[in-house]
Amino acid sequence: MEPILAVQDLSVRIAGLHILQGVSFTVAPTGVTVLLGRNGVGKTTTLRALVGLTPRNGEVRGTVRMQTQTLLGQPTHRLVRGGLGYVPEDRCVFAGLTVAENLRLAERRGSTAAYDRVFALFPELQRRSRQRAGSLSGGQQQMLAIGRVLINDNRLLLVDEPTKGLAPKVVTEVAEVLARVAESVPVLLVEQNLAVVRRLARDAVVLAAGQVAWTGDAQRLLAETELTRSLLGVGSAEGHHTAPGSSHTAPGSHHAAPGSHHAAPGSGRKDGH
Amino acid sequence: MDAVILLTLTGLGLAALYFLVASGLSLVFGLADVLNFAHGLFLGVGAYATWWAAGNLPGAGSDGFGFVVAVAFGVAAGTLMAVLVELVLIRPLYSRTIEQVLVTVGLSLAGVALLQATWGADARPFPRPEWTRQVTTILGAQVPNGGLLLIVAAVLVLAAILAFLQWTRYGLIIRAGVENREMVTALGIDVRKAFTLVFAIGGAAAALAGALGSVYFGTVSPQQGGSLLIFAFIVVVIGGMGSVVGSAYAAVAVGLLQQFVNYYGTSGLGDICVVALLAVVLLLRPQGIAGKVATA
Repeated sequence: MEPILAVQDLSVRIAGLHILQGVSFTVAPTGVTVLLGRNGVGKTTTLRALVGLTPRNGEVRGTVRMQTQTLLGQPTHRLVRGGLGYVPEDRCVFAGLTVAENLRLAERRGSTAAYDRVFALFPELQRRSRQRAGSLSGGQQQMLAIGRVLINDNRLLLVDEPTKGLAPKVVTEVAEVLARVAESVPVLLVEQNLAVVRRLARDAVVLAAGQVAWTGDAQRLLAETELTRSLLGVGSAEGHHTAPGSSHTAPGSHHAAPGSHHAAPGSGRKDGH
Repeated sequence: MDAVILLTLTGLGLAALYFLVASGLSLVFGLADVLNFAHGLFLGVGAYATWWAAGNLPGAGSDGFGFVVAVAFGVAAGTLMAVLVELVLIRPLYSRTIEQVLVTVGLSLAGVALLQATWGADARPFPRPEWTRQVTTILGAQVPNGGLLLIVAAVLVLAAILAFLQWTRYGLIIRAGVENREMVTALGIDVRKAFTLVFAIGGAAAALAGALGSVYFGTVSPQQGGSLLIFAFIVVVIGGMGSVVGSAYAAVAVGLLQQFVNYYGTSGLGDICVVALLAVVLLLRPQGIAGKVATA
């Protein structure tokens, strides 16, 4: 299958710091691709670069294609109108506006707003439509941030740490919602919670030191405890049983996954970094 | 008692003037992060365009409907000026604060110099309807009609801006943009169109302040905008950047404080008290009365 998004040699420098140095990966046209890596490795920077939100003192190079469309260098509002939905870290709902106003802001001239789709996923938003978004709980704000994007049709969703700072029960709810969303639109997800990653992700891209350290099957990555630890700096994930026969993986070796089934030629495989 | 009522109403007249200048300033800063030092120039342009129109524009005059036409012309000139400044000078400099300050400060100096070169540095008598020179007796106090006109105009402008912000699509975009401009673009909205719009609104309100302020004072001079702008900035900071309602409250506080202290204390003490009020607000509530919190 042709990837929905192909990132080639993406480099981002902000205020003289090389945050990303030649990142290449692809995103499958269906399901959830998760972008993993330790804190500060450049996951958010990657998403922001894709949607054109690199700060003015930043410099972006490389090529990014969403199907036939070239993304880099285009203004954010045009990219979003072109079908690239972005749910930022920390939700960024407009606290002083009501829920209804937050949703109305996302409406576009010339296309029908899919309120039925949003309210089917988040009935809570309909009940609270006159409430100020700032008075919602963290989970409800996250639902609003996702709902706001789903008002329109998207070709790809970029979702940045949707479960950050949420209570465990709410994390599960958000994960369930994203699973349903991903049935109809591909998602590139940044997520630290490995239980959520296990629930949602089919493919994984792991960043380390500003480069792609590993790409491949997300479930396979999580199944290999040593690999997960070496790449992400975390132990075996919560509630996770180590898959048999995975313990032989050499620790510390960032290797391309044999099972990587969608990576474009030469894109996401960087051995020996 | 008469004095208190008179001081209250003239203070409110002054507050109305401050509000008309500050509302646009506040929206422009809240939405676009532009400290527009050329805002006083919009006021000057509005005042001089009204003055010119009253004498030269066919259909316009200094009384009756002709005066309305003259003020409308002045407001249109101020609006046009504001839009041109945004499109030509500010737009290439977004996110470059120092350059913006330099450009707008330079523009305000050049603009004042240009007004001086054209019509002279001295104040000129402003053509105004006869009734604005008279006074209305309210509860025994003789209040100048020019001041009442300012109050009425400011209340109408406040209501119009609030209705616009509350009920229109662009109003929604502006309210959201004041909170988080980047997120507005991330919803597929070209927020720069809203920037031009707030400059236009601010320019119109400032030009109206120029025209009606000149009616109140009876004269027009090139420096008028600059001196009002200082107090308007103080009003914006006290009220909270980006909040029109906050500007209204702050304008009333500053106008009344200034008027009362200047009358009961020494002349000039009121201005110092305003600066003291600014300092107190900055210490106790840095985001202003109704401003967005910087970290939210």
